[in-house]
Amino acid sequence: MKKEETKERKKYLSNKEKIWRRYKKHKLGMIGGTIVVLLLILSIFAPFFSPYDYRKPDYEGAYMPPQPLNFVDEDGELSIVPFTYGVEQGMDPETWARTFEINPDQKYRLQFFTEGWEYELFGIFESNIHLFGVEEGGTFHLFGTDKLGRDILSRIIFGSRISIFIAFFGSLLSAVVGSLIGGISGYFSGKIDLFIQRVIEMFQLFPQLPLMMALSAAIPTTWPPILIFIGIVVVLSLIQWTFLAREVRAIVLSYREQEFVKAAQALGANHLYTILKHVIPNCFSHIIVVMTLTIPQLILAESTLSYLGLGIQPPMVSWGVLLQEASNLQTIGQHPWIMIPGAFIFFTVLSINFFGDGVRDALDPKSN
Amino acid sequence: MISYIIRRSLLAIPMLLLVSLIAFFILTLPPGDYMTSYQNQLTSQAGLTTAEAEEMANEMRQKYGLDKPFLVQYYNWIKNIVTKGDFGYSFFYSKSVSAVIWSRMGYTLLIAGLCHFISVFAGVFIGIFSATHKYSFADYTFTVLAFLGVSIPAFFLALFMMYIFSFELGMGVGGLFSDEFIMAPWSLAKVWDLIKHLWLPVVIVGFAGTARNMRVMRSNLLDVLGLQYIQTAKAKGLKNKTVIYKHAVKNAIKPIVMSMGSALPFLITGEMITSIVLDLPTTGPAFYNALVNQDMYLAGSFLMMIAVILVIGNLLADIALAWVDPRVRYN
Repeated sequence: MKKEETKERKKYLSNKEKIWRRYKKHKLGMIGGTIVVLLLILSIFAPFFSPYDYRKPDYEGAYMPPQPLNFVDEDGELSIVPFTYGVEQGMDPETWARTFEINPDQKYRLQFFTEGWEYELFGIFESNIHLFGVEEGGTFHLFGTDKLGRDILSRIIFGSRISIFIAFFGSLLSAVVGSLIGGISGYFSGKIDLFIQRVIEMFQLFPQLPLMMALSAAIPTTWPPILIFIGIVVVLSLIQWTFLAREVRAIVLSYREQEFVKAAQALGANHLYTILKHVIPNCFSHIIVVMTLTIPQLILAESTLSYLGLGIQPPMVSWGVLLQEASNLQTIGQHPWIMIPGAFIFFTVLSINFFGDGVRDALDPKSN
Repeated sequence: MISYIIRRSLLAIPMLLLVSLIAFFILTLPPGDYMTSYQNQLTSQAGLTTAEAEEMANEMRQKYGLDKPFLVQYYNWIKNIVTKGDFGYSFFYSKSVSAVIWSRMGYTLLIAGLCHFISVFAGVFIGIFSATHKYSFADYTFTVLAFLGVSIPAFFLALFMMYIFSFELGMGVGGLFSDEFIMAPWSLAKVWDLIKHLWLPVVIVGFAGTARNMRVMRSNLLDVLGLQYIQTAKAKGLKNKTVIYKHAVKNAIKPIVMSMGSALPFLITGEMITSIVLDLPTTGPAFYNALVNQDMYLAGSFLMMIAVILVIGNLLADIALAWVDPRVRYN
């Protein structure tokens, strides 16, 4: 008899297991989540994945078109290890335009874990090992180079650091501020609630994008990079927190009369403790969902600001900064590969959107 | 109803005053003012000495009251708006602010209006189609397209389209007119030229809006179709079309009607980035130039204008909602 009972028990799933099960069912969410994890690894270990130093100019090799990896050489012979051809610069005698011509006699094979430029990871490890590169003497610019001859792939990889983390911190800050203010507003209700709601309404009366532009224009470009980074995070979250605050308030309003809140109060917990320890944890799933869905919006916002020259300033790189170079029609006409960072923004935003959808279905099945 | 409208409008006035104060404050935050760059221009281009340039800049500051403390500047600005309808002077365009904004407002409203029209109608109809043909091939296609629409940054879509059309397809895009028509008086040929240039920004701006409306409409309609009153309607023997269009859509369309109030300012700002990239004569690029050059009266007036449109839009949306939903009307 007892044995059967324990067998029955095994069928029960913990909340975490249930969430994981629901998440696994969401195929697009799984794909999105995997890409997000890969992107995070790519951005955290950026120097390891970058074949070149993203800051180092090479005036000789400016605007070099993307170099493909070849498996078959000129004579039609198959090579197991892919290689790149040597590139020789020339000049078109008629137009005086610089040209890059492939030299079929020079072949440089692709190598993994090669030695390259030196870097420090997290300020601790020093190394010069990179995931890939080609044999000495050759170049491998998968996405070509920019106007100063810097490797675009490496710049994209380093740009992902700022683009992703600025959005992450922005949404984290707006989640903290939004849920705290929303929690207070809903918990106390009455006059405090009325006041906070008016403040939120006022914030929402401002047009989002122009306000964001005006605020980031107010950040002096002479500030050190870290301050500009923090400044943009604050600007982004200043715009976003009101939406979460409203939603958290609505949820908290429905909790404030419930037993667990009354119990906490009866046991003598003060208001702040009750809000932080009892009320807000009950909104966590909702907050996390809103947070993940905010990140892609902030990536878009940051790239727009930086593209307009109001956000992140060079020499820092974000995807928006990289696209700043593509703002001239003439330039993109001659060197279309400098638009590649845009594709990265797009895929990142798309996969985080999918991921967010999956998270919502897993955490908040009722909402959909 | 009328007293409700009047009360709401009166409440908006202090709100707008506060908004204008904050907007004005944000615009004065950056160090220096327009005269700082004017001064640099004088020394570098007109060949004046630093002292002479500074004197001239200070003279200009005095003339336009830029040397006064922040609150005095703000008070003068608001006073002139309320009493004379004068929004100040745009240093960058060397015109009055209202002249700059009004000369660009027509095209802005034209583009924004067209996009709005397209995004609401296309969005709603595609949404209805997707919801009624759930999980069909077309539904998947539209869903993927909608995801693309909300995932591409507007400026990049504009850049990319510009590249494709001018270099791959050899069509001239950018601007609103071909060179020979810019100064020409209005004629049929000019209108046709305008249409040829207009469709690209409309498609770019309308894409994101359509995608958003479609997603909202689809998920709402799916929710509504699962409700019991729909079952009842079907059980009564009504035609499927009647059930969907007369019973379900009416409830599902509510959030879209509600969001219409904020749609106009949303579109004016959505049009902004595309216009900057494509270099269109609308308010977006004017605001951007004003920001970059610290032309604060122009930037401030633009922010104010959008806030006013938002307030009016929200009011209209409330009235429209009361019209669509009797439950709101009778309360």
